[in-house]
Order: sequence, then C-alpha cells, then structure tokens
Amino acid sequence: MARDIDIREGIDWTTVWLYAALVFFGWLNIYAAVYNPENPITIFSTSHNAGKQLLFISSTFVLILIILFVDYKVYDSFAYIFYGFVILLLIATIFLATEIKGSRSWIKLGSTFSLQPAEFSKIFTALALARFLSTQGVNISKVRDAIVAGLLVFVPPIIIILQKETGSALTFAAFIAVFYREGLPGIYPALGIALAILFVLVLFFNKFYVVAGLAVACGLFWYMFLKRYERTRQNLIRLGGVFVIASAFVFGVKFFTTNVLQPHQQKRIQVLVNPDSDPLGAGWNVTQSRVAISSGGIIGKGYLQGTQTKFDFVPEQSTDFIFCTVGEEWGFVGSVVVILIFAALLNRIINLAEKQRSKFSRIYGYCVASILFFHLFVNIGMTIGLMPVIGIPLPFLSYGGSSLWSFTILLFIFLKLDAHRSYKV
Amino acid sequence: MFQDRKQIILSFFFLVCGIYILRLLYLQVIDDTYHTIGSTGALKKEVQIPLRGQIYDRNGKLLVANVDVYDMYVTPYKVKQMDTTTFCRLFNITRSYFDSTMAIAKSYSRNRATLFLRQLSKEDYARVADAMVSFPGFTFELSFFRTYPARTMANALGYIGEISKKAYEAQEVEYYRSGDYIGITGLEKQYEMELRGRRGVKFTMMNVHGENKGSYSNGEYDTLAVIGKNLFTTVDVEVQQLADSLFQGKTGCAVAIEPKTGEILAMGSYPYYDPNMLSGKQFSKYFKELYKNPDKPLNDRVATGFFRPGSTFKLVQALVALQLGAITPSTAFPLGGAPVKCHNHPGSPNDLHNAVRFSCNPYFYNVFRKTMSLGGETNPFKEAPVMLSKWHDMVEKFGYGQKLGIDLPSESSGLLPSVKYYDKRYGSFQWKFSNIYSLSIGEGEVSVNMLKMANLAATIANRGYWVTPHLVRGVGQNGKGVNPDLRTVHRTGIDPQHFEAIIGGMQDAVERGTVGGGAGIVEGIAICGKTGTSQNKKGKDNSVFIAFAPRYNPKIAIAVMVQNAGFGGSVAAPIATLMIEKYLKRKIERTAIKERMLNLSIKTVEAMAAGAAAKPIPTLTPESTSKPTPAAPVAPTKPQKESEKPVKTTFIKPKDENLNKTK
Repeated sequence: MARDIDIREGIDWTTVWLYAALVFFGWLNIYAAVYNPENPITIFSTSHNAGKQLLFISSTFVLILIILFVDYKVYDSFAYIFYGFVILLLIATIFLATEIKGSRSWIKLGSTFSLQPAEFSKIFTALALARFLSTQGVNISKVRDAIVAGLLVFVPPIIIILQKETGSALTFAAFIAVFYREGLPGIYPALGIALAILFVLVLFFNKFYVVAGLAVACGLFWYMFLKRYERTRQNLIRLGGVFVIASAFVFGVKFFTTNVLQPHQQKRIQVLVNPDSDPLGAGWNVTQSRVAISSGGIIGKGYLQGTQTKFDFVPEQSTDFIFCTVGEEWGFVGSVVVILIFAALLNRIINLAEKQRSKFSRIYGYCVASILFFHLFVNIGMTIGLMPVIGIPLPFLSYGGSSLWSFTILLFIFLKLDAHRSYKV
Repeated sequence: MFQDRKQIILSFFFLVCGIYILRLLYLQVIDDTYHTIGSTGALKKEVQIPLRGQIYDRNGKLLVANVDVYDMYVTPYKVKQMDTTTFCRLFNITRSYFDSTMAIAKSYSRNRATLFLRQLSKEDYARVADAMVSFPGFTFELSFFRTYPARTMANALGYIGEISKKAYEAQEVEYYRSGDYIGITGLEKQYEMELRGRRGVKFTMMNVHGENKGSYSNGEYDTLAVIGKNLFTTVDVEVQQLADSLFQGKTGCAVAIEPKTGEILAMGSYPYYDPNMLSGKQFSKYFKELYKNPDKPLNDRVATGFFRPGSTFKLVQALVALQLGAITPSTAFPLGGAPVKCHNHPGSPNDLHNAVRFSCNPYFYNVFRKTMSLGGETNPFKEAPVMLSKWHDMVEKFGYGQKLGIDLPSESSGLLPSVKYYDKRYGSFQWKFSNIYSLSIGEGEVSVNMLKMANLAATIANRGYWVTPHLVRGVGQNGKGVNPDLRTVHRTGIDPQHFEAIIGGMQDAVERGTVGGGAGIVEGIAICGKTGTSQNKKGKDNSVFIAFAPRYNPKIAIAVMVQNAGFGGSVAAPIATLMIEKYLKRKIERTAIKERMLNLSIKTVEAMAAGAAAKPIPTLTPESTSKPTPAAPVAPTKPQKESEKPVKTTFIKPKDENLNKTK
C-alpha cells in the first residue's frame, strides 16, 4: 500500500472528464427544469432540486476519494460479502420502507434524506458476477455455471419487483451483454432481440396478421434462402417448429399484455403505440416530452428559455424526464452532444475493459458499460417515444442522490481497478 | 476468447445511439408540427383568479362581498409622448406621484407591466376608458376588494391582505404568488382554503406575430377557475348591529350563543370600527391608526381576551359542590367568619337560591371550603391537592383552562389552576385551602375569555352540556360542508336536577336581585342571569353579566362585559337584556333603557392615560370607498417576468346560484 499514496496515479482522466461533463450538464438542466420565470430562485438554493443536486455532487467527491483510497483487491475479495449484504438490505427494505408513489423501495434516513437500495444493488451484483465468472474453471457456456451466473443476476431484481419498483428491476437485463461477451452462445441474445421485435410487432398489429406474416416469412425463407438439397423433411419439421413456437409467443404476448400486466403497465405500452388513446392520463408524459423535445428545433430555445418544460407540463421533469429539458433548451445540437458523450464514455469503458489483464476487471468493466447503456437506451428511448415509460434515471444527468451516487460508485470502482490493471488480481 | 464480440457489442451500442440521433433529427429538425410553439416561445399562460367567496349571516344577509375594481398597469416602453397634465387630472393624481411612479416602473423594467394605480372603481374606469386611446402603454386588469355592507364584526370576519413573505415561503404546495391576497385574520384566515376557490390556468398559442392561434391542444392542459365557496355564518346581523350601537362610547365585548347548537348569534369586540377601513387601498391609511389606539380595537376581546370570571364563577362552584354532595339547595351557611365580605342584602340566613340571587360572597366561600374538605384527610396540606385535582377535573369539563374550539384562528385557553400550578408556586404540600380560597368567587388564579362566560350561560341553559361555539354553519351551501368537530357535544357530568336551584336564583337575580331597578326585566321573557364584577388592577372594575332566556327551552345565552364600568348589574345587564329582547322579540320595547345605554360613555383607564392623544376611531362614508387613491409609490405587486410570455389575469364572475338560494 505504501506505493499507492498518490491516488491520482493511473486514473483514466478521459473517463473522468466525460463523467464530469455529464454531471455538470445534468445539474444545469435540473436547474432549468425547476426554474420558474415568475418566481426565480438561485441555482444554489437548497429548497429546490438544483441546489440539492449540488449537495449530492459535492458529496460524490468524498465517495470518489474513499473508492480510490480503498485497496483495489477489496472489490474482488469482498465481492460475495457485499452481494450478500445488499440482498439482505433489499429484503429489509420491503419491510422498512415507507411507501412512495406505490413503491416500497426508499429507506428514510433522518427526516429529509432517503436512499433507494435498489440503485446500489446493481454495483454489487456486477462485482459478484465478475468474481464468479473470473473464477478458475468457470465457463458460461457450461449449463451449470450459466445457471449460477443467471441466479446471481436474477435474485436482486426479483426482490426489487417485490418492492414494486419494476423499472429498476428491468435494468438487470443489461447483464445479458456481459454474458455474451464472456461466451454465452450468440443464439440467446439473438433470440432475445428477435422476440423483442416480435413483441413490438404484436403491439402494433393484429395478432392474426403477425401470424400470417410469420407464415409468409417462413415460406420465403424455405424457398429463397434454403438450397434445394437443404429442403429436407427434417428441416421442414424444424422450420414448422419455429413457426409454431413463434405463433404461440404471439398469442402469449397478447394474453400477457391484456391479462397479466397491471392496468397502469398496460396503459404505458398502449400509449407507446398510440399516445392519443389517453392524452391526459398515461399518454401525458409521452406526448408532453415529445412535444417539448421537438419544440427545441435545431439549436434549442436557449438556457432557461424553455416553455414546455416549465408550467409543469412534463411531470418528473428533473428526474426521469431530464432529457426533455436538454432537448427543448439545447435543441438537436445539445441532444446529439449528450448522446455522443455517452457513446464516447461507453466506447472508452469497453476499450479499457478489453485492456485489463485480470478477467475480474474486464468483466466488471463490461458490467459498467452494459448498465450505463441500458439506462441510456430505456430513458432516452422513452422521452423520444421509442420505448414505453419506465421510470429509470438517465445516468449522471437525472436529479437524485441515490442514482448519482450509485452510478458514480459503479464507474469509479472500475477506474480504480483500471488504475491497477498491470497487477493481475 | 471471444474478443471479436467486443466489436459486436460496441456496434450494437452505437447502432442504438445512431437510431436515437435519427429520431431526434426527425423530431427536432424535420417534423415542424410543434416548432411554432417552440421557436417563438409564444405559449401564453393566462391566470384566472376566481372571486372570493362571500359571507352571509344566519338570515341570508350579506356580511362580506366583493367589489369589482380595476388596477392600472404601465409598460414604460410602450408609453409615447403624452399630455401628462390631462392624464393627472383624469386620474386625480399629482404630477410628482406620476413622475416618481413612472421612474420606479422604468427602473423595474422597461418592457414589463408594473402596477401604476390600484383599485379604480367601475365608474372611474368607464369615465377614463375612452380617453385612454391617447395614452398607450397603460393597461387595466380586473381585480376586486372586499366590502362589508353590514359594517360590523370586523374582528371576527377578519381581513385579507397581500401574503406575507413568511407565509409565502412557508406554503407546502406552491399556490400563492407574491402579491396575492390571503386571509390574514378571523374567518377570512380560518376559511381561507374554502373562500379562495381555485385559480385557473389557460394556455393559448401565439404565432410569431403574437396573434392568438387558439387554445393550446384544445384546452387539454387548462384548468378552470373555481369560484370560492360562500360562508354561511350563524350570526344574526340585527342583534349584532344593536350591540354595536349600545357599545358606543364604551369598551368591552358581547357574545351570544344559541345554547342547543353552539351557534354564535353575535360576537362584538369594542371599540368598534368599520371593517371597510381595512379593505383594499384603505388598509394602509387606517391600519396604523387602529393599531395605535389605546383601546386596541384590533384585539378580539371575545375569544382572545383574559379576564377574571368574577362572580359568574360562583355558578360553577355551586354546581360542582352539588354534584359532589358537598351542599344541597337548602344548605345554609352563617355569613360571618369568612375572609370575603358580603354586599348588603336581605334574606339571611340564605340558601343557595338566595346566594345566587344576591351573589353572596361568604356563602360561596363556604361552598368551596366544604367542597375542598371532602377529601377525608386530617392534614389540610394533604387534603387540598386531592380535592383540588378532583375539582379541577370537574371544572375543566365546563371548558375552563382549555380552548373551546371556535372556528377562529386564535383563541385563548385561559387559566384554570391545577395542583401542579400551586405546587410550582408554593412547593409540594406547602399550600392548603387558605391559599386558594379566592377561587371560590372567581378571583385569584382563574382567568377566562368572554366566549367561555357565554359558554357557561349556554351550559346552564342546556342543564349540563355545551356544544362547541362556532361561527359558520355552512360552507358553499347553508347547513353543509362544516367540519363536524364544530358540532361536538361536551357533557359536564353535572346531573340535570342540580341546575334548577341555580337557575331559579338566576331568574330572581335579574328580577329581584343584583340587577337593580328592573333594568333586566323584559316583559314576557324569563331571563336568568348572573352579574359579575371582575376586579381590575387599574381603575374601576369591569362590569360583567351572563344570562340566558327564556328559562324553559332557552334560545339565547349571552355574556357581556363593559370595561371599567363598575358593578355588573349597572351597564352589562341592560345591554345584554336589550340584545336578548331584540333576538327574541325582533324589536326593542324598553326604549328608555336603550336611550340611556346609547348615551352612556365610559372612558377606559388606558384611554384616559393616553389623554388628548387618543383620537376617536374615524368613520367611513360610503363615497370614500370608491375614490381612486394612488397606489403606494413602491413597486407593488411583482410584475411579469418576461414580456413575451405575459401572465394575464382575468376574472370570472360567480353564478348567483348560491346567493338566490338563501334569499
């Protein structure tokens, strides 16, 4: 430890600057989102979200220092203990939490401050998964190991669903990218994507049309892509099997969306297809955020000049819908810059991950990138009307202590591991 | 292993980013459906302020109404070269006012509207409207102020004013803007939520040239303003106004309650002032003057005052003693040997009836002594706490030492000394009956407000229970929407049969007892009353009288107090019985007594001390409410922040549904 006195040593400053840019831009936009021209308050006033976010940002410096000071081996050695602890915390939350907007995922600490353990569980799941997959002799393509890895990733979201915080639970789907990178046969993610496409098709079109379309696609595949000698009886049965399973899935989806999903979840999917079906209810956020973003035009209306994001048109303006403010006030240019910064950050993390000598650090790096990507994918997707409304924050930009801290910890543990990449764990 | 998959994963990430960028390109650059709203920023937000609810008396007479007025705003950059002299003459303002206000407006903002002149009447507005063509830059907004047609009950009704900075910052849900009006005292404050209604918001789209392009999204996001709910009070304005006139030249208060329901029939605190004086632009002119008056007309003496209950407390003493079995109606006590003196009265040896009739101090000293000796202890220092605590719990049930729960923002709980109180004062087991005997005649450590005194009369009228006194019997609709807590029945735990001896004594007190010279006798109505003379540290005693009537099936219970007027029977009793007469007979037949009371003037010690500096409270003439007065030359309400997004204020009128129902 004696040689580790300068904690700046080995830190990847490109990542840090990209991170800082996103956090700073987020803070500016949180101020814009809560800014009321009739009653302006300063950006430092802690009675509003912008001032509070500044407090959260300041406190992340302490977190970062702690992460960088801790010996990098701790993250590997204690991965399972952390994981076990966070599982207990998640279960305890169900009983300790006070109900906020129907979900029991917030633990009150003191009178003003509350934490959402679900946000932090991703970090420790990522550490545990990296630890497991980097163990000597573990191979994801072996069924037994795949099941263990799957369980590691599945248990936290199940508890989180019990907390009625479905949005956060969904983010654990991000780990599929990690599995894929570590050797899960490509057919699984491909199947996943194919089913997702089918799912969306069922939402938009009549299920019988979709089945008919499937039949046509199978026919075309049979005649156009298979060579004459491949058209065997066996392959016909296989193709028939695919058709039957796909059709069953189509009917299953219909059944699922109308009978299994809660009414409010059904509505969120319904308004994605047709926002005008319920413009004042569930369609409100979708329509309003789309209007806000498109009204920004190419260069936006200018900082604090937004109209749609004022007057409380868009609910959850500074948290889940912060991208609307970016879109309205900074326009196409600003939105693209934010997406590009994220793309650069993801690119940087993946490239750093690949450089790691230790398998643990590499897998953890992929976990970080996948989680960040999934949030970006869902959050921006919902504000521009390409995804259903799922309440998860935009990393680093959205208002909220739990979300800012958890993403900061997630990223800086990786930077700490990376700083020691020359030492094999 | 699987290093090639890095490229696939990264490609997928970039593909999604690419799709999102394309989608943004479509939304923000190609599709121009929403660009009109966005690029010009011309979504206009109009705030619709609803009219505040009106307040009625129990017979549907209007107590508080709204008057439409116009506020004039100036937008400096739109003001062209103008004939200032004509303008000043038109609005009856001075040149210096014009110059200074204009300078303030300019320094505030050249292109925002700043308040220039407040509260022009409709007539003034009509007079100047045509001439305004030659004065561009000046605009009018409809506003309102409160008016009080009955000109009474100033303190109970309260007034409205601009929201204070503290209240503005303390609001949990942001509703008020700075400069908005809010109830400051009285019913206006207590029922603020109901009276204010709900502000509406209307969004309209404007094109680049500022032309109205219709409501935004077919009005989906608009909220309609909802007019404030009317309040239906329990007050009988005729009785109230009679009290106002009887109290001319006197200081004190009067409160009357309907015993069965707890409804307050009249509630006046004097000296009296016209509530219109604190309305709108009059406020700054009169508030200071009222505030400085030595008789404190702004203090509500009924619910927040502190007085010794005096002899009226003897009734409570007797009831508690009867219930405990310390005395019976025929118990007699010798008059000597008591440390309190007796007024001269005939009929000794006296029983309870005569003791009430003549308000005999030694008798009630003995009653209390007897009550306090029921503990069975030989050591008086041990006995006193036991019995006092029992006595305290019983007296507390009459409402002493606690808030009664009237629907007004401030109410004093008064003081009813407990064991703890005396322990703190003298030390544990360091006090006995001889330390506390002055409680027996309502002096000493017990204090009340007049509401409690009237409530005692109501409790006796009801033979043992009282209903929370309250001022409002209907919110929005007469008889509906009232907090059910206001109708709570409180039982004293005193059995009904104990009341008759007391009540008989009270009737004789009015007819042949402490109320001298028949000043309390009203033909055909059996009034039961009790005088009180509450000792006053400074100057003459306060004259107190409580009563209810008729004796059987009582309709009204009343308490009247006249400061520094001396003995209770002399001034307070005639005023109270006149109010009872008015309420039950709807007219006054005892004109001689009324005349005598009208002409009687009693200066308070405070007023005498203030001497010549004490000015009488000015009276308002009806005309003075409609004259335009220049707005205070401070930049008043906060103007709109951005001129391109004006927040225009419009008013909606009440549909007179509720008003007609009550007539």
